Amino acid sequence: MIEIQHLSKRFGLFTAVDDISFQVDKGTVLGFLGPNGAGKSTTMKMITGFLSPTTGKVTVCGHDVQEDAIAAKEVMGYLPEGAPLYPDMTPRGFLGFIAELRGVKGDRRARIEEVVAKVNLQSVLDVPIETLSKGYKRRVGLAQAILHDPAVLVLDEPTDGLDPNQKHEVRALIRSMARDKVVVLSTHILEEVEALCTRTIIIANGKLVVDCTPAQLAAKSRYHNAVSLTIPRAQRERVEKSLNGMAQVASLEFGRADDSRVTLIAFPRPGASLVADIGGKARDERWEIDELHVEPGRLDEVFRTLTGFGSVAAN
Amino acid sequence: MSKTITLMKRELAGYFATPVAYVFMVIFLLLCGILTFYLGDFYENGQADLQAFFTWHPWLYLFLIPAISMRLWAEERKSGTIELLMTLPVSLAQAVSAKFLAAWIFAGLALALTFPFWITVNLLGDPDNGVILASYIGSFLMAGGFLAIGACISASTKNQVIAFVISVTLSFLFILAGFPAVLNFFKPWVGQAVVDAISSLSFLTHFSAITKGVIDLRDLVFFGSLIGCFLFANATLIELKKAD
Repeated sequence: MIEIQHLSKRFGLFTAVDDISFQVDKGTVLGFLGPNGAGKSTTMKMITGFLSPTTGKVTVCGHDVQEDAIAAKEVMGYLPEGAPLYPDMTPRGFLGFIAELRGVKGDRRARIEEVVAKVNLQSVLDVPIETLSKGYKRRVGLAQAILHDPAVLVLDEPTDGLDPNQKHEVRALIRSMARDKVVVLSTHILEEVEALCTRTIIIANGKLVVDCTPAQLAAKSRYHNAVSLTIPRAQRERVEKSLNGMAQVASLEFGRADDSRVTLIAFPRPGASLVADIGGKARDERWEIDELHVEPGRLDEVFRTLTGFGSVAAN
Repeated sequence: MSKTITLMKRELAGYFATPVAYVFMVIFLLLCGILTFYLGDFYENGQADLQAFFTWHPWLYLFLIPAISMRLWAEERKSGTIELLMTLPVSLAQAVSAKFLAAWIFAGLALALTFPFWITVNLLGDPDNGVILASYIGSFLMAGGFLAIGACISASTKNQVIAFVISVTLSFLFILAGFPAVLNFFKPWVGQAVVDAISSLSFLTHFSAITKGVIDLRDLVFFGSLIGCFLFANATLIELKKAD
C-alpha cells in the first residue's frame, strides 16, 4: 500500500534522506528506528506529502503523493512530530473541523464520539487545547489522525511524552487498528518496536541500514543465543572453569553482580546451541543455579552497532 | 469550495476565540472617531460628507491591517500546525484563499461597525450616499490590498514581529508611491512612463479616486490584481519554504 522508490531529500548541501526504497503491505506495523536527525521524520514528511522529495517517488494506495496529492492525503492519517494542534480550539471543535475537512461520511458526531472514547478524551472535550497536558494533546493528535479511519496511518513518535499507562493504551489502540491498515511509526523506544511492530527499518545518516522483523533484528545481536546464568558467588570459579572447558563456548563474560550472586554470560561458537549442554553439566556437577535463560538478543546493542555508535559484534 | 469555507470558518472563529478580535475592533473604531472628529474637523468642515472619515483609512490600515495579517502564516509555522494543515486533503490555493478571505471578512466587519458615522452624517445633513457607499467599497478593497501584502510577508517568516514590521514598511511604500515628493524624487532620472507606473501603484491614488464617488474599472482591476499577485506570491512562498 506504500511504495517508496529511491527517495532522497537534500537541504542545501545536507542530505537528510539518501536513496531509500521500500514497500509496506496491509497489516504491517512498520517501526522506523534511528538516532535523532537520522532522517526518520523527513521520510515521514515526504510520505505524507508535506515535503517534496528531491528525487524519488512515493505512492500510497496507488496515488502518487506528488502528482495526486489530494487523493493520497485523503487515505492517510498523520500525527506530525510533537502533535501540533490549534491551541485556541477545543478538542470537540478541532475534531469537528478535521471531520468536515476530511469529509467523514455518515454521522460525524457519532464518529467523533467513537474516536474520543477510543483515546479517552471525554473529560477534556470542551477545554481549550492550549490548557491540556502533553499526554492529552498527544491523544487529540492521535484522534485527529484516525478520525476518518484511514488505510494508511503515519505516526511520528506517537508515545513520546506519555506516561507508562498511556503508552500502553496507545500501543493497544494501534495494535487493534493494525489488522486492515498500514501503520508506519517512528520511535526511539526499542521496547516499543518489540511490543508493537511486525517490521523494523533502521535509518542512520539518511540511509536505510536494516529492514527486517524485530526478531531478526534481535538475532543480529551478539547476545543472541548466549546463555546467561546466575549463581552464588562461592561457586563462581568452579563454574567458570568448567564453562571454559566446554568446546561449544566461544567466550565468557560477567554480567551483573552483587554481594552474594554473579551472572555469567556464555557465548556460543557460531551455529552452536549451548543451553542443553550447560543444563546437563549443571546437573552433573550439581551447580546451584538461581537463574538460567537463553538471551533472545539485545535490541539496544544492535541499534548502537548498526547506527555506528557501538563496537561491531564479536561473532 | 466547501473545504475553503470550512477552513475560513475555523480561521474566523479563531479571531473571536481570543481577545484579538475585540481589541482590534475597539481600537479601530476608537481611532476612527478620534481622527475624524478631532484631527479631521468633521464638524468644522460644515459639509455633509464622510471625507474627513475616509481620509484616515489608509493610515489606520497601515498599522492595523498588518496586526491582523502578521499571524496568518507565521503562527502556523511557529506552532508547527502548518504541517497538519498541509497534510490535510486541501490544496494550497484553498488554504491561502481561506486564510485571506477570513481576514478580509474580519476587516470588513470592523469597517461595517463604523456605520454610526454614516448615521450621524445623515442625521446632520443630506449627504450623497452614493459617494459614501463607493468610499466604503474603496476602503474595503484597500483593506484587502493591505491584507494580501501582509499575508504574503507573514508566509515568509515564523516571527510575527518581523512579519508586522516588514508588512508596515512595504505597505507604507505602497501609500507613498503617489506622493508628489516621492514622484519628484524619481522624475529627474527616470522617464515619465516609470514615474506614471510608480504613481499608479499607489493605494492613495486609487483610493482617493474611488472616494470621489466614481468606481472606475481601473481602480477595481488595480486592487484585484494586487491581491491576486500577492496571494500567488504567498502560495509560492509556502510551497518553497514549507519546512523552514
